[in-house]
Amino acid sequence: MRTLPSILTTAGTVLALAGSLTLLPTSGMAADAKAESVVDQGKAIAFNRKKGNCLACHQIEGGSLAGNIGPPLIAMKARFPDKAKLRAQIWDSTKANPNSIMPPFGRQQILSESEIDKVVEFVYTL
Amino acid sequence: MKKLLTIVATLGMISAASVAVQASPQQDLKEFRAYYKERFPDVPFNDYVNGVYAIDQASREQWESIEEFPPYELNIDNGKKLFNTPFKNGKTYASCFPNHGMGIKQNYPYYDTKAGKVVTLEGAINSCRKANGEKPLKWKKGPIADISAYMAYTSRGKKINIKVPTEGVAAYEHGKEHFYAKRGQLNMSCADCHQYNAGNRVRADILSPALGHPTHFPVYRSKWGGLGTIQRRYGGCNKQVRAKPYKAQSAEYSDLEYFETYMSNGLESNGPGARK
Ligand code: HEC
Ligand code: HEC
Repeated sequence: MRTLPSILTTAGTVLALAGSLTLLPTSGMAADAKAESVVDQGKAIAFNRKKGNCLACHQIEGGSLAGNIGPPLIAMKARFPDKAKLRAQIWDSTKANPNSIMPPFGRQQILSESEIDKVVEFVYTL
Repeated sequence: MKKLLTIVATLGMISAASVAVQASPQQDLKEFRAYYKERFPDVPFNDYVNGVYAIDQASREQWESIEEFPPYELNIDNGKKLFNTPFKNGKTYASCFPNHGMGIKQNYPYYDTKAGKVVTLEGAINSCRKANGEKPLKWKKGPIADISAYMAYTSRGKKINIKVPTEGVAAYEHGKEHFYAKRGQLNMSCADCHQYNAGNRVRADILSPALGHPTHFPVYRSKWGGLGTIQRRYGGCNKQVRAKPYKAQSAEYSDLEYFETYMSNGLESNGPGARK
């Protein structure tokens, strides 16, 4: 069973990391207009209440009225050097934590495979 | 029905045997309370009757001002009128209940050993109608909620006192299972929101502790623009996780209400309540 203090610690660590990372340039961001639009699409899916609705639980830059059930989504590249691991977390959160409250977006077909790809691209910019 | 229940009971025993230790309802109750005590050390036990307002000071003040002119007052009046209006045969609801129906909400739902099922207050209201040759009322809102609100009002201050006799353990376990089982496309349990994340926010909504849920029902909800029973709310919470809701007063929900109310034993009955 997940306990509150461990979430708080995770959130705390993430926040600390974020402080040191936000000023770093994001590599290759503006380079590719096509890639950018995938990110925008991913953002729209993540913020849509009927789709990802990630804001229900996660604080995400650019979103308002976020919940606090999950850790803030920041410093994602640092937390997930392996992008496949990030995708796996979104595809089926219960792999890492069987009791996770986070919906298994891929396993339960809440989002399509291509929607998940787009969300991953967006989340990776955070 | 009886046969089915025997099977359920037997199954219950089998799984209990394979899990080795099955906690008794009393043990569950102790652990349930301890969980919230640890999660909210500053919240006095009696305050859990106030739902989310027990743990959220900011919305509490707004709510307290609403409760000064309660939106459910007309419902109580109407419920009283209905309660005292004789059926066609001249009898009234009072004839169906212990103590003429006054100050008894804290004992519902109870396990009816003879009928072999959980009886909710709303269930008893409709049984009373049927026994007196009247058509049953719709379950989730309207006159049944008004009558239930009036009966709850006469029970304010009485402590919830639900018993689980040996015969009722299977129904209790069934309700407990619903509470802890992941369900719906979004794969969430009642406990995910109202136990493990009580006090956290889903978007802007603060999640209430399950401890105390049943004390204040039926509830006047601004979103409903009226009064609703607890099983109406269960249906809403099932839908939120994209699970198909069960029928109001199905064994599924009545057993869930039985479990949730047993978990609130010792808290004061304070229905009806007002919520956003
Ligand atoms: C109902 C709540 C909820 C929703 C909705 C939700 N999450 Fe989560 N998420 C969590 C929780 C809680 C955790 C912490 C780990 C755990 O318990 O599984 C988490 C963990 C994560 C992590 C790992 C974070 C880390 O630093 O380890 C990522 C990434 C993530 N979520 C992304 C998303 C995305 C993207 C969406 C939307 C498509 C989403 N989440 C929707 C609750 C949620
Ligand atoms: C996705 C999160 C979520 C899940 C899962 C969920 N609920 Fe809720 N529930 C809420 C929210 C949000 C509210 C409104 C705020 C509050 O009072 O908690 C609520 C309100 C309630 C209320 C009314 C509380 C009051 O004081 O008036 C009851 C009772 C309730 N839920 C029971 C349940 C039960 C039983 C289940 C499982 C069948 C369940 N909920 C599943 C989010 C959830």
